[in-house]
Amino acid sequence: MAGTIHEQVTARWGGTAEDVALAHGTLALVIGAERLVEVARSLKDEFGFDMLLDITAVDWPERVPRFDVVYHFYTTRDFVRVRLKVRVPADAPAVDSLVALYRSAHYAERECHDMYGIDFRGNDDLRPLLLYEGFVGHPLRKDYPKDREQPLVPYRT
Amino acid sequence: MNRPAETRRAPPGLEFLTTKKDEFVGWARKFSLFPYPFVTACCAMEFMSVSSTLYDTDRFGAALPRFSPRQSDLLMVVGTITHKQAPVLRRVYEQMCEPKWVIAFGACATSGGFYQNYAALAGIDKIIPVDLYIPGCPPRPETVIDGIMKLQDRIAADRHPIVTETF
Ligand code: SF4
Repeated sequence: MAGTIHEQVTARWGGTAEDVALAHGTLALVIGAERLVEVARSLKDEFGFDMLLDITAVDWPERVPRFDVVYHFYTTRDFVRVRLKVRVPADAPAVDSLVALYRSAHYAERECHDMYGIDFRGNDDLRPLLLYEGFVGHPLRKDYPKDREQPLVPYRT
Repeated sequence: MNRPAETRRAPPGLEFLTTKKDEFVGWARKFSLFPYPFVTACCAMEFMSVSSTLYDTDRFGAALPRFSPRQSDLLMVVGTITHKQAPVLRRVYEQMCEPKWVIAFGACATSGGFYQNYAALAGIDKIIPVDLYIPGCPPRPETVIDGIMKLQDRIAADRHPIVTETF
């Protein structure tokens, strides 16, 4: 294969992606949720993306489907980043877990589950990571009231 | 063996001192504050600065941080307290022996500062009683020293329950 890593990845996956963009020097692909594991495995095995930097999400309250789940990959061989976005609907915000490919996905998925309520199928340990047991709701969703507190210690009166 | 007669004399006028018992205990206590630094966030930088040579809280007898709540009597809450941390802070406070004082150091400990969200506790006085609030984000060392001196004045002027009929 010839060309830069970005060109190679675009040639390999651009056709099946819903959108391809180059944003701030990072290749960003929007792909279907059913292809996520397939694309991630290809990035890891064929293109040498050996680090999964972060998993997060974006809430678009007005949009259908409502959430973007965002993955950042990095290769320590070529120093290049690729971003994958998967759109998931509000009534079933679930994607396949990448724990089998990247161990670092474990904590990142737990955090994303905390903050946005995204379910990661195949990650069997989605206990709260930054939040605490008993916390109701997902604070980084746009419909979480910004001043709603859930104290663990009863307030003095 | 013959020893020379004792020649040393006490200087006149300093053989005894009259004071009130409350004042005496208050005076002793105000210069032996043992702080427990509960330091969580950026205010820590200013806390380090005020403890180190230039500003030197040692002058107020408040120099030696104790990292066991059982050995300390001044809880300095320095930085943002989250709801998740609140039970720990509450427990540390409960483990301290009386008499104890609490300083809320900086805007975050005082009121949550600009963190008004799901994570931050909006002021430690929601869960433990606070004796002194030090404003600033972070407070300047002079403000902290001013605060410590105000607390000392208060301790000196307080009633001290160990002073009883028999003491
Ligand atoms: S008051 Fe300001 S400096 Fe202190 S912990 Fe809060 S944000 Fe940081």
